[in-house]
Amino acid sequence: MTKTLRFAFIKTIPVLFGYLFLGIAFGLLLQRAGYNFIWAFFISTFVFAGSMQFVLISFLGSSMSFVSIILMTLSINSRHIFYGLSFIEKFKHMGKAYPYMIFSLTDETYSLLCGTQIPEDLQEDKVFFAIASLNQSYWVIGSVLGGLLGEMIFFNTTGIDFAMTALFVVIFIEQWLASKIHIPALIGVFCGVISLIVFGPNRFILPALISTIGLIILFRKNIQSREEAQI
Amino acid sequence: MNFIRDIGIIITIACFTFLTRVFPFAVFGRHQQPPAIIRYLGKVLPASVIAILVVYCLKHVHFTTISAFAPEFVAVCIVAGLHLWKRNNLLSIGIGTVSYMLMIQYLF
Repeated sequence: MTKTLRFAFIKTIPVLFGYLFLGIAFGLLLQRAGYNFIWAFFISTFVFAGSMQFVLISFLGSSMSFVSIILMTLSINSRHIFYGLSFIEKFKHMGKAYPYMIFSLTDETYSLLCGTQIPEDLQEDKVFFAIASLNQSYWVIGSVLGGLLGEMIFFNTTGIDFAMTALFVVIFIEQWLASKIHIPALIGVFCGVISLIVFGPNRFILPALISTIGLIILFRKNIQSREEAQI
Repeated sequence: MNFIRDIGIIITIACFTFLTRVFPFAVFGRHQQPPAIIRYLGKVLPASVIAILVVYCLKHVHFTTISAFAPEFVAVCIVAGLHLWKRNNLLSIGIGTVSYMLMIQYLF
């Protein structure tokens, strides 16, 4: 067991730093929005989805409709469909850990599980479970730390919520560089900005998402043929 | 009332996030591929959604006064420039956020 844990720990060190940092940022922003570390603990334990949790903060105390919240959740997490596909067979053999493995399949856990070569003297199931649960523990610890830190901080934290904007700008750039087809990203910018102008800041998200999904389906042939040309 | 609504929001997001994760396991077996349209959306939608989220974060920016858009504009440029240069997530987010905080606290 200790050997499994040690192996998993070493593999997860890069995620440790990333999750602690982002977790602290999440806990801090949540605390600033008026929700203390206990909220951070429960949200990070039961939702466990980075980008989604940052957006969640902006929903709390807002008048956003549940339809918008649900559509936003489904859209932000739409990439999860692919993560699961790679592990349908493997997870099924994992018995009691099966539901947890599905629940905890974040971007980072997914990429670690895909990229890890399991040494012969270790059991794959146990390594997988150790990686997934270690990653979540970093995230929960970071979130709670951030919440506690928020209570103690003595300097002026006005503007710290820009961390969320910065996070999404970084993800946007990463995705832009990773793909040669920029139509989906441009459709998102276009629909987002137009909806914002037409419907105003408090009501634009639903029309933005719906028009984006509509345009993406409309341009499907175009986008897919470009994707094939890329390969 | 707000407390109950907040708890409801968290439970809703927890459930629907889990739903997206459980979807491929619940619906597809070994040799079954999901319908082409679902695979297509799963592949293409994330890029659009991130773009919408950037707009969502900047939704309160307006152009009637300089101080209502300049800090955001400069800080986004810093994040983007730094990220294109170093490709280090924590560095881009950290420095971008600190410069935004300094700008709105001392400059604007």
